[in-house]
Amino acid sequence: MFLVKCPWCGWREQTEFSYGGEAHIARPTGTDEISDQEWGDYIYSRKNTKGVHAERWVHTQGCGRWFNAVRHTVTDVMWDSYKMGEDAPNPPKDWDGLSSRDELEPSEGK
Amino acid sequence: MSQTYRLNGKGRIDRSQPLTFTYDGKAYTGYRGDTLASALLANGVKLVGRSFKYHRPRGIMTAGSEEPNALVQLGEGNRTEPNTRATMVELFDGLSASSQNCWPSVKFDLQSINQKFAKLFPAGFYYKTFMFPASWWEPVYEKIIRNAAGLGKSPMERDPDSYAQKFAHCDVLIVGGGPAGLAAALAAGRTGARVILADEQNELGGSLLSDDAQIDGKLALEWVAESLAELEALEDVTVLRRTTVSGYYDYNYLTALERVTDHLGPQDDDSTPRQRFWKIRAKRVVLAQGAIERPLVFADNDRPGIMLASALRTYINRFGVLPGREIVVFTNNDTAYKTALDAKAAGARDVTVVDLRDDPKGALVKAAEDAGIRVFKGYAVVATTGKHAVNACEIAKLGDDNRTIVSDTTALPCDIMAHSNGWNPTVHLWSQARGKLNWDEAQQCFVPGFAGPWKPVSAGSGNGAFALKDCLSQGYATGAAAAKAAGFGSGDVPATPATDDIEYGAMRMVWTVPGKKPLGHGKAKHFHDHQNDVVASDIHLAAREGYISVEHLKRYTTTGMGTDQGKTSNVNALAIMAEIRNAAIPEVGTTTFRPPYTPVTFGAITGQNRNELFLQKRTTPMHKAHLDAGAVFEDVGDWKRPWYFPKGKETMDEAVMRECRQVRESVGMLDASTLGKIDIQGKDSAEFLNWIYTNKWDNLKPGRARYGLMLNEHGMVFDDGVTTRLADDHFHMTTTTGGAARVLGWLEEWSQTEWPKMDVYFTSVTEQWAVCTITGPKSRALLSELTSLDLDPETFPFMAMQEGTVAGAPARVYRISFTGDLAYEINVPARYGLHVWNALREAGRKHDLCLYGTETMHVLRAEKGFIIVGQDTDGTVTPMDLGMNWIVSKKKDDFLGRRSFARSDTAREGRKQLVGLLTQDPNFVLPEGAHVVEDVKPKPPMKTLGHVTSSYYSPNVGRSIALALVANGHNRKGDTLSVPLMSGRVEKVTITDTVFFDKEGTRTNG
Repeated sequence: MFLVKCPWCGWREQTEFSYGGEAHIARPTGTDEISDQEWGDYIYSRKNTKGVHAERWVHTQGCGRWFNAVRHTVTDVMWDSYKMGEDAPNPPKDWDGLSSRDELEPSEGK
Repeated sequence: MSQTYRLNGKGRIDRSQPLTFTYDGKAYTGYRGDTLASALLANGVKLVGRSFKYHRPRGIMTAGSEEPNALVQLGEGNRTEPNTRATMVELFDGLSASSQNCWPSVKFDLQSINQKFAKLFPAGFYYKTFMFPASWWEPVYEKIIRNAAGLGKSPMERDPDSYAQKFAHCDVLIVGGGPAGLAAALAAGRTGARVILADEQNELGGSLLSDDAQIDGKLALEWVAESLAELEALEDVTVLRRTTVSGYYDYNYLTALERVTDHLGPQDDDSTPRQRFWKIRAKRVVLAQGAIERPLVFADNDRPGIMLASALRTYINRFGVLPGREIVVFTNNDTAYKTALDAKAAGARDVTVVDLRDDPKGALVKAAEDAGIRVFKGYAVVATTGKHAVNACEIAKLGDDNRTIVSDTTALPCDIMAHSNGWNPTVHLWSQARGKLNWDEAQQCFVPGFAGPWKPVSAGSGNGAFALKDCLSQGYATGAAAAKAAGFGSGDVPATPATDDIEYGAMRMVWTVPGKKPLGHGKAKHFHDHQNDVVASDIHLAAREGYISVEHLKRYTTTGMGTDQGKTSNVNALAIMAEIRNAAIPEVGTTTFRPPYTPVTFGAITGQNRNELFLQKRTTPMHKAHLDAGAVFEDVGDWKRPWYFPKGKETMDEAVMRECRQVRESVGMLDASTLGKIDIQGKDSAEFLNWIYTNKWDNLKPGRARYGLMLNEHGMVFDDGVTTRLADDHFHMTTTTGGAARVLGWLEEWSQTEWPKMDVYFTSVTEQWAVCTITGPKSRALLSELTSLDLDPETFPFMAMQEGTVAGAPARVYRISFTGDLAYEINVPARYGLHVWNALREAGRKHDLCLYGTETMHVLRAEKGFIIVGQDTDGTVTPMDLGMNWIVSKKKDDFLGRRSFARSDTAREGRKQLVGLLTQDPNFVLPEGAHVVEDVKPKPPMKTLGHVTSSYYSPNVGRSIALALVANGHNRKGDTLSVPLMSGRVEKVTITDTVFFDKEGTRTNG
């Protein structure tokens, strides 16, 4: 059971949260114009990333807010989370998921 | 017998507290501080059980939690506990225990016949033997296996003890309270960090409890006592005894089992938990769990009286028990010589060391020889004898190839044999924490390698640093470092005190000690996994059959799959496989260690969460009235809902038939408070609902209600309900009882993630409103007695809402109907619920009011063909499949799920569609879930067209009715199909539309 950082409440037990899948998948507009393939991709196709993954979480048993987070899928180390509509805080290119943002950038990750 | 094998004046037991206990019905005595194992050995009891597969006599092999053999059934009746390790059970007065896996007795066990047929029980026996026919598996094979296998017996009654869970946070958690763990705790605790030190024994000290080592020129146990005194004086240090850290999970989340009162025996008062399950979130973790001695794999190494060298030393020094008089120590290393020396000093008549090494050079070898201990160098134990306990072993000179014996054998009489094949650091938690393991070639063991993301640090023997000075220095260093990493102290490492370590000589590795006959020939067995009865020849068999990967080896032979998790067996098995494959041990690899490190009681995991606290119970404000009315309740989600209200001796059927008739004849009342209710506000509320529901909402007038279907993006129905516009920017949504939380989450998700700019807010008001639904032809007359509202259908039409008072309470009254009859859903603030219910009930007497429950609600709605989402739909059903095209707006550009209607599978002809079914026999009620077929065959498989989703006897229609999802059903009305049943009966059914009662819908207006 890992810890999840809510942008509003801070680090909390994973049991307080629900997972919402891959982040940054906008609902297509003009759905009558798009092909079945495009619509199918929107509904079904998700990355199966080994490594850095931007994903949605909701603080179900807490403030109830949805937010995005960047997690390393090999180690489950969460780099950071960010509010809906904000840009992802990208970890260093060579981040191996073994260290937290707090350890690597003590002034940034709180 | 009176503790014949107890040593005078030795050990850490409290002789002022004698205890009596029984084992297999016989009474014995021991002392406070004994384990069941040490007390049994003190009384000369060596045979304590029968082995898992071959039912061979087994004794006590270790003195710790790694024990694979001495598993006993503890206690009786509702407190009995199977598979407890005698080595971990602390003795208490009145303890009773019995041996397991033997019948009729441990000395005469009928199933020990298994060893005569050992050739028939090789690795993979079950897989090979119980293969065909497959249909025999459950009725025949499983019963045979279940009877023959298994160890202890589970209790059959409720557990009378209480258990607790405790959540804890700390800066530094230290696992293991031996020299390394104590040093780490001192270094970390002195910084002011919050420290938890957990140790599984009753007292701290670890290996020092069995040792005469010195620290700073004093007995090491004095240093232990001083350290402990200092730690306990530190406010932020918690020392947990009898606490086994069992699991290491992500982000330094560790679980531990504290045995709070087990050592005192059963407690009458359950206010103190028997065990406490700790859930600890630590900033940093120091693992100092020590090491476990590795057994030698030699012929018939499993007889009672054969134990690990370190175990014998522990029984002598810590418990004051010398369990034999003539002792043979069989070793490949120097540490076992300490056992030989201590046995000699304790007064053993004869102590002999059989050393695999031709020319051992360590200082301890010389000390042993100086003490008059015979040492056979370059020799191996090649056989043992003794029926219920070892009585002799045979030794012979070992060839240079490690595989042959090059001399005649010599018999050595003995009543205890101790053996050692080196040491394995206890790396289980390290591995659970995703730490990697490295093979230490010099010490021939796996040691912690790369630490993984959670960065535990390892110290002492558990880190492969076996010397006491290294345990202490690594303990201080890791404790200081862990505290600093957690934000405490400067990282300065306290100075390591002086120790009296002795240099050890090199080991000779003989992973399989040859017997008198080649492996697998003759009767001798070389056990490497004592708990699961796996022998070296099984590993050879697995290799021959191609199971050379470590994961296959484990599953095929069951090595390491017992409750001991292979603590004494895994490395030996890997090494033997490496020899067979001619590979290096690390190439064979290790299996993954999984939690728990030692078994954890289910009761402790459950903790306080049982009985009333297991699952929350939700009741409505009218619950008391339902109890008084004799309601039978049904669980709907967490809710307790009245199912039906039997009168007198009515059966459920009778009650439901009566309720169904009476509602349609006069008036009925239902508690609908559990229905999900969501208050929606904001100027974009209507636009938002346009997206969420399939129909249009912006044109709904305030005060009017509308039914809506909610789809997911696959176009499938997932909830329904009536939503009412209270004002331009204010809606009241209802959901299914079970779907309330899911729907609220769905609304929040879309508003927060996709349309964050929309001005719309959601509040769950399910529990704020109590709902009395009255329905039936007399409902208007009933309501008119208690309200100021104008109930004239012209001013208060169907699908409208009015605010006013009912029985004096402020109310929102909705004219909506789930029965098809005239109905009012009276919503009042929850605190008025019981009052309004009672008032309606009282006023209802002269209108022949009947209370009805969920079952009648289901029948009445089915008569009208109203669906229940989740019963008549299953996540694969579109509105069109339900025949509800009318609710899908053609005017809206888009709504959730709409685009999926055009996908090929959703748009195709012949999908399963909701229809009505009428049985040929009007009195026969189809079972829900039964399949509808065109062509009946004598037995399955048959091509199914769909299944029955709802089925009842309807007193108002005067026959049975059913709803079903049937392929192309909408085009098949009037067709006759069949429903074959498990009983063999085949019921003919006719497809109809879904409305069985009041097809014109005139009753809605009363």
